[in-house]
Amino acid sequence: MMRLPRFRYLAPASVEEAVRLKADAGPAAMYVAGGTDLYPNMKRRHQTPAVVIALRGLRELKGVTANGGVTIGAGEILNDVAANPRIRAGYPALAHAVESISTPILRNMGTLGGNCLLDTRCTYYNQNYDWRKAIDFCMKRDGTICWVAPASPRCWAVQSSDSAPVLSAIGARVTLRSAKGERTIPAADLYKDDGIDYLTKDPDELLTAIHLPPAGAWRASYRKLRRRDAFDFPVLGVAAWARFNPDGTVADARVVLGGVGSHPIPIEAAAELLRGRRLEPELIREVADACFRPARPLDNTDFTLSWRKEMVRPFVTRTLGDLSARA
Amino acid sequence: MTRVVGTSRPKVDAHAKVTGQTLFADDLFLPRMLHCKILRATHPHARILSIDASRAMSLPGVKAVITGKDVPIRFGILPVSQDEEALCVEKVRFVGDPVVAVAAVEEEIAEAALDLIDVVYEPLRPVGSIEAALGIEQDGHGHGGHVLDAAAPRRPIHDYGDGVRLAAVAGGDGAGGDGVRLAAVAGGDGADGDGAGSGHPDIHKLIALEFGDVEAGFAEADGVREDVFFYQGSTHLPMEQHAALAQATPDGKLTVWTSSQTPHYVHRALARVLEMPPARIRVFATPNGGGFGGKSDPFSHEIVVAKLALLTGRPVKICLTRQEVFYCHRGRHPVLMWVKTGYRKDGGITGMHFRSWLDGGAYGSYGVASAYYTGALQTVTYHVPRYKFEGVRVFTNKPPCGPKRGHGTPQPRYALEVQLDKIAEELGLDPAEMRLRHLVPANSTTANWLRVGSMGLGECIRKVVEASGWKARFRKLPHGKGIGLACSSYLTGAGLPIYWNAMPHSGVIVKLDRGGGVAVLCGSVDIGQGSDSVLAYVVAEVLGIDPFDIRVHTGDTDLTPIDLGSYSSRVTLMTGKAALQAAERAREIVATSAAKKLEAPVERIVFAEGRVFDAQDPDRGLAFDEAVRLAEAENGTIACTGSYTPPRGAGRYRGAGVGPSPAYSYSAAVAEVEVDTETGIVTVPKVWIAHDVGKAINPLIAIGQVEGSVYMGLGEALMEEMDYRENRNVVHRQPSMLEYKSPTTHEMCDIETFLIEDPDPNGPFGAKECGQGPLLPIPPAVANAVYDAVGVRVDEVPLSPSRVLKALKSGEKRYGPERVPAMAWPEPIRVPTPWEGGNGEALPEGVGWGERGEKEAPLGGGAREAAAVPKRGRRPR
Repeated sequence: MMRLPRFRYLAPASVEEAVRLKADAGPAAMYVAGGTDLYPNMKRRHQTPAVVIALRGLRELKGVTANGGVTIGAGEILNDVAANPRIRAGYPALAHAVESISTPILRNMGTLGGNCLLDTRCTYYNQNYDWRKAIDFCMKRDGTICWVAPASPRCWAVQSSDSAPVLSAIGARVTLRSAKGERTIPAADLYKDDGIDYLTKDPDELLTAIHLPPAGAWRASYRKLRRRDAFDFPVLGVAAWARFNPDGTVADARVVLGGVGSHPIPIEAAAELLRGRRLEPELIREVADACFRPARPLDNTDFTLSWRKEMVRPFVTRTLGDLSARA
Repeated sequence: MTRVVGTSRPKVDAHAKVTGQTLFADDLFLPRMLHCKILRATHPHARILSIDASRAMSLPGVKAVITGKDVPIRFGILPVSQDEEALCVEKVRFVGDPVVAVAAVEEEIAEAALDLIDVVYEPLRPVGSIEAALGIEQDGHGHGGHVLDAAAPRRPIHDYGDGVRLAAVAGGDGAGGDGVRLAAVAGGDGADGDGAGSGHPDIHKLIALEFGDVEAGFAEADGVREDVFFYQGSTHLPMEQHAALAQATPDGKLTVWTSSQTPHYVHRALARVLEMPPARIRVFATPNGGGFGGKSDPFSHEIVVAKLALLTGRPVKICLTRQEVFYCHRGRHPVLMWVKTGYRKDGGITGMHFRSWLDGGAYGSYGVASAYYTGALQTVTYHVPRYKFEGVRVFTNKPPCGPKRGHGTPQPRYALEVQLDKIAEELGLDPAEMRLRHLVPANSTTANWLRVGSMGLGECIRKVVEASGWKARFRKLPHGKGIGLACSSYLTGAGLPIYWNAMPHSGVIVKLDRGGGVAVLCGSVDIGQGSDSVLAYVVAEVLGIDPFDIRVHTGDTDLTPIDLGSYSSRVTLMTGKAALQAAERAREIVATSAAKKLEAPVERIVFAEGRVFDAQDPDRGLAFDEAVRLAEAENGTIACTGSYTPPRGAGRYRGAGVGPSPAYSYSAAVAEVEVDTETGIVTVPKVWIAHDVGKAINPLIAIGQVEGSVYMGLGEALMEEMDYRENRNVVHRQPSMLEYKSPTTHEMCDIETFLIEDPDPNGPFGAKECGQGPLLPIPPAVANAVYDAVGVRVDEVPLSPSRVLKALKSGEKRYGPERVPAMAWPEPIRVPTPWEGGNGEALPEGVGWGERGEKEAPLGGGAREAAAVPKRGRRPR
């Protein structure tokens, strides 16, 4: 059996106490919410925090509140988010993305905030310590080379959250809090194109809430490619969002690709192509072509990389088709 | 008429399993128990220069550290491949090979100690593929010089095997000559550089057998097809990780509890490596949380905990991590295959030439048998009048392959059934009809001297054809949807034991208690297949009592008579026959006493519903316990034994030991698929499968076994791959439950199962196997259905989306291997077939088919009688 390394477990009673504990402990500490990402990673010695600050009991991080849009506490359990009638009605793409995360059992533990901040994944990295030792480790932990692209100076671990591309595409915002204060930024700005340093968030900052824009004036869809619908991480996720003019043309749109880079990849060209035009097959084909080029799957997830890249076109086509079908 | 046998009822251990009361090996705790962890190799192929464990030894809580020097004696499941070390002595041969073992008071301490052990290696060049083992350069594996140990010196992985022996002969310093005929291989090497032979010491086993003149068979064919296939390796993935607990007691005795399918073989390996008399060692096989062949070898960790228990005087336990289970492996061999088949216009086969290349991994395991099995059972389904088989197993620096459900036969079955589908297509015949026309008849002998008894394949085919609506749907469904058919056969127990001996393969003791209780003792192991239940049902049937009044004690080398283990689908037939004999002997004792008391002739005594009575006057009788007391008073303690030894096979040639079985099961399956032509993703909504089980002892369990086989076959067909990064020190790509892709319940298809009951005279109540055979038709049925759906041939398993999409986009509408390695095969052992007047023996070495008349004395007519000559085109019953 794989065992956890030893660590101190702190259970603060409030968000204020949590951020203070984090400020005190410094880089040796990590937050844990559901633990479905952190604890397996600790067993494999990817992260070995001396102090773990538990957020599970914090009521301030719970709740789904209507306020024009909807604010979801970062500590909301994934299954609760997916089952919430307000989210199912107004944000079906998000509900669908969330209920496609992992397994029902893990969704009973994992939180929306945790999924947003999910560690990047790589088949050279998500391995036991002794396995990694056999390849002399990799730059994401304990080593110096990125085995996916040995000549590359950077890490190519893969963004693997299902909620991140959707939240980016629909223009959600996130609140971050630390002992120094609080700020709210677009969810899309939370991510960086680097497998190691994949978040713009300061390590001390705690993600406390996710704010969804008012529903109704736009449509969104998410499609996920993976081996088994039962529980796999995405090896490609396509999130599409569009607002339509009264004449049926696209007023504004965003397409975001997950699972094919170290961050949710916004396809700017797609938005430009879509604006002012009708979602017809010819246009959808153009957008699919525009998405194909920036997708950079590498040989570090399930499936062959060439096939994953090929799948961008049909998946973008189908996701945009979802929007037009409901138009 | 039977009362217990043939009725569906829960397994005898079902309640304990579902309520969590069953104690698996890792559930066992003993006072003062230590925990063991094993440090494993981080190089795929390297010499061990030094091991320094002093820092680990000084870690508080560490009680012992051992290395290969403490357990240097080699072992292995087959007598011909004693090539494993409990801890590597001089060399490591794959990433994951065990090197050092630690026993500590806590598991965490043992784990921490591993990090304090310094092992210095001298890397050797790793061998990552069949081609590399045969010295063939591969395209596409350059990867810019980042092959970690690529520049290291090349050395043979092992110091034995046919490759090493041939090299010695070629060098003039070896006698060689036992079995493999050397001249052709030695001569064939060197001429063109890429012929594999004497220069390739990583060849473990070379086989060449020919039954009748196969070229003459091709000469009389209307058509000849050659196809190349590849079947990827996969692993068993049992839910329970291997675990073992050892206890040494001051009386000099050792007890090992282990999740093993083969406690008898573990017992032998422990005695050998620990140099202890077997009488001092007791091996107790705990209930297996799944085995599927993965727990059939004696393992390093079993020997290691025993040694540590002996050294420390404290019990020592280990439970492997999932990653270590992947390293134990012994799963499906990756096999490259070439098959050439001659056929007539009616689809009848005139001759078949089959070649297989097996990637064996780092050790022998069951590999010699696996290699033979890739060529053994081609002949037992459709009549093959002439047959030639050549096979080679190579060593590579990967976890060792071995027996997984279907052992060596799903790969060739896939090749054969897909090729038959292509032949039917070429001839414009319905593949179901074509198969039905050429079935091997019941009670016949095949070209390679396998004796077929009952044969229900025809009924299996008719059943699935009817249930699936085959005739209305085959080649008629819309593009993207399709159905495919495939058939198979499997043995019901290997005809020979793993080590040569003339003793029974299975023994059973039935002990009657004066309270009416019955204890059944047998060395078999229930790995979930229901063997404990089968023992209870058989005995209950004979003694006319409720199976739940029977206590079954199994897998304890001290208390239970030998059973060779839960492998080769042997248990229901062999323990069943042994149990039948023991129970009948007990019944006779009780019946004799009861007859006297009831004043009725003993022939009239009936055992049923817990009573012993006179058939002519059922009211005159005794309760079962009363009858037992009467018999015990008259005869003393009642404990009867039964045992079973399979009939001798008909073949008398070298290599004839693999393939013979008391009975062969048959299956036919139709798979329905949907293919997404944009992505290549294949889904299987439904499978219809009919399995000739001879007689279902318990239909509920039999159907469960069939469904489990379909599930496992579906995993192999669609996604499972033991995949290694050849250019990154041959590390396993995904040794975890998450990233090794195996279907879950969510991916499982609907199944309609039909049990075909065609009782076999060799089986208990006519029963044949059902735990392995039904896996075999699934991958080819899926591949054939994909062709029906979208018109492409995927000649490679698994049919992953990328392969299917490549086939869809290819000009030839095919995906699969293009060629096979150039090989100089040895001169075959030539064996005349039954219908050529053979007697099962090989022709003398060097005698060809044409020269037979001059050099050989006429073969005796007596041999003809042994084999019923099959008539081509004969309709099955």
